[in-house]
Amino acid sequence: MFLARPQALKAQGILGMNKRNIDFIGRYNPRKYYKRVDDKLTTKQLALANNIAVPALIGTVCQQHEISHIPEMVNNKDGFVIKPSQGSGGKGILVITKVDNGHYFKPNGNEVTPSEIDRHVSNILSGLFSLGGKPDVAIVEGLIQFDPVFDGYSYEGVPDIRLIVFKGFPVMGMLRLSTAASDGKANLHQGAVGVGLDIATGKGLHAVQFDKPIDFHPDTDKKLTDIVVPHWDTLLHTASKAYEMSELGYLGTDMVLDQQLGPLLLELNARPGLAIQIANGRGILPHLRHVEQMKNKSMSVEERVAYAKTHFSHSACS
Amino acid sequence: MHSRKPFYILVALLFLAGVAASVYRGIEHNVPFLPGEQVQSWAVDAKVSFQGTGEPAEVKFSLPNDPAFEILVENATSPGYGLTIANDSSGRHATWSVRQARGQQDLYYKVTLVPTGKTQVIAQAEPEAVEYNWPATEKAAAEQIMDEVWSRSATNLSFAQQLNKSFNASDRSQNIELLLSGNSAANLFVQMLNSKGIPAKKVNGLFLEDQRRRQQLTTFVEVYHQGEWLLFNPADGSQGRPDNLLIWDRTGKSTLDVVGGVNSLVSFSMLQDTRSALATSIDVLKNKDALDFSLYQLPLEEQSLFKGILLIPIGVLMVVFLRVIIGIKTSGTFMPVLIALAFIQTTLLTGLVGFLLIVAFGLMIRSYLSELNLLLISRISAVIIVVIGIIGLFTLLSYKFGLSEGLTITFFPMIILAWTIERMSILWEEEGAKEVVVQGGGSLFVATLAYLAMSATWVQHWVFNFLGIHLVILAMVLLMGQYTGYKLLELKRFKPLAGE
Repeated sequence: MFLARPQALKAQGILGMNKRNIDFIGRYNPRKYYKRVDDKLTTKQLALANNIAVPALIGTVCQQHEISHIPEMVNNKDGFVIKPSQGSGGKGILVITKVDNGHYFKPNGNEVTPSEIDRHVSNILSGLFSLGGKPDVAIVEGLIQFDPVFDGYSYEGVPDIRLIVFKGFPVMGMLRLSTAASDGKANLHQGAVGVGLDIATGKGLHAVQFDKPIDFHPDTDKKLTDIVVPHWDTLLHTASKAYEMSELGYLGTDMVLDQQLGPLLLELNARPGLAIQIANGRGILPHLRHVEQMKNKSMSVEERVAYAKTHFSHSACS
Repeated sequence: MHSRKPFYILVALLFLAGVAASVYRGIEHNVPFLPGEQVQSWAVDAKVSFQGTGEPAEVKFSLPNDPAFEILVENATSPGYGLTIANDSSGRHATWSVRQARGQQDLYYKVTLVPTGKTQVIAQAEPEAVEYNWPATEKAAAEQIMDEVWSRSATNLSFAQQLNKSFNASDRSQNIELLLSGNSAANLFVQMLNSKGIPAKKVNGLFLEDQRRRQQLTTFVEVYHQGEWLLFNPADGSQGRPDNLLIWDRTGKSTLDVVGGVNSLVSFSMLQDTRSALATSIDVLKNKDALDFSLYQLPLEEQSLFKGILLIPIGVLMVVFLRVIIGIKTSGTFMPVLIALAFIQTTLLTGLVGFLLIVAFGLMIRSYLSELNLLLISRISAVIIVVIGIIGLFTLLSYKFGLSEGLTITFFPMIILAWTIERMSILWEEEGAKEVVVQGGGSLFVATLAYLAMSATWVQHWVFNFLGIHLVILAMVLLMGQYTGYKLLELKRFKPLAGE
């Protein structure tokens, strides 16, 4: 059969787009807090105020005439990342991994000319990447020295860890690995590999690319389910803390592992995608229902993480 | 979580109101449910002629007043005469008047009628039977007949039926023969019913037959029975109303009164015609001056504007359905609807070709602009100007080559096209040509479906003539906004998780 039966998906607890929008985003994410996650600069400032580690901020560009300051800003850096503060879906992120005497290079070795950088930043400021074309701010961030633990698992990009946090409980996680097909980006719809992670241990369980299950990384041929994400407890705690910080009930947290700094919060997402279910090979709905039934018991971050590890692990049945 | 009940009640109310308004409009205002429906109409000419005596003349002529026929148009031609059409206690009538009438006078009255199918004649108030005094010579015979028929009947109706029968029996009694020799059957029939206290009156009817000339009115008798007037024809013993009968005059008095003239007579000619049911009901509504929410009251220009605007809900419904229930991705939420509106002007094939040509050309020029390192706002503006240029060029070229289809390309919304080109171009740079084809194709697919829905003649007929349908669409859109089930394409996407 070409299509799955709706009853079969329902029995597996698969969350659909319409249900996510109405029953979770619409109900648990108050509109007034969206700015905290849609504007990455605000997220960064909030995170710093809440003692959550984030990538270093090199500077911001708010006006067209400030674009000329970029070379000074990145003068003595090895690499940097330029991103629109209000970009969505990973749009408009420019990663420069090598700065060599006024020449800039992308992770794949291609050179980016200064005028291309100028145009990119100008596009960001004009609002090309923001929702509704609102004028935006460009953020220049330090390059993440990503943890060598993922060497061979990611092609030309930073692997990031997505955790879905529902009312403060991390309920599902996945590791996103960039591929040649995704052009070094970690977005699943662009061809990145998603590896479902066990909430209790951070161990890889199941992997997909383009919504199809795979076992080996398409570029490096390493077995994907062998991955164990280090600093797993810190990641869970950071994600859980993001709930208090953003006050959004249904939240996607994106984190990266830095060699020196450990887990860093990259961004938050008030409308996290549904592909995480495919990466985990199971539906998220039973976990969400489980948390909903707990009513409003107030628990600390530690209690929530401990609860999630015992109840939302793959080995535990919910 | 608050109760969803008020929401569903609202949706149900909208739905019911929409359906009820549409049905009311269809049945009460005779607006046809399907486009292109035809109805019969009758054009009847009445010719009144008399010999003027040189005196002031006044002609009073009864006009048709029959619930079974709706008057679309009526007019009277009568050079030199003053004319009043009045509706008073003596029924609807036309009065022609002139200071001096000499010799042959011809007056014409023309009317166009549409059958309504309401053949019942309901009495407004309980009528009273008019007491009739029989002349001494007829009294005994009449009473004998009446008593005899009375004894064979149970109700007023059966009395009339039996009486009608005995008037036309092959072996009529001596008494009836005697009375009919001095009276017309209709008069006698009315008098006998009235004597028994049964309200009855003479009416004049016209048989409608195509292309007949010099027709005369036929006399019938209406008998009151339980709030309704029933039709009898004592001349041939029939009862009930023939389908092609128009009751011209229900006053029970003479149809034509001429003062100041002699040898007056009226004759009728008639012609059957078919006309659009929609145009007919619009004409009827205009005549009635009824409280009417139809858009036909607007000037023609606004009407044609609304014909386009009222198609948008259909396109929007289509987009909501394809996005929420099916799950098709489009570039720009309602861009497909605007493209579909343009397709209505250009027709589908020309529209698709034109759209692809403009976007392809635009993308080529846009790729040059992207090298120029411009600000977004001026780049979009440049694209808009270029799009106008492309449209102008294509229009000119197709005119030169004699392709009249190409001229309709101007109907494409330019700002929308410019944004489409800009988005596609960014999409191309960021996600590759494949995503451009997926999203662009999705948009065109949705636009095509929206176009097909919007261009169906019965859809256009419904959205303009039955405004209630928009409430139904609103209810459906609201309802789909509550749909939490899976999208059709999600069933494919999550297929690996179905657990098979």
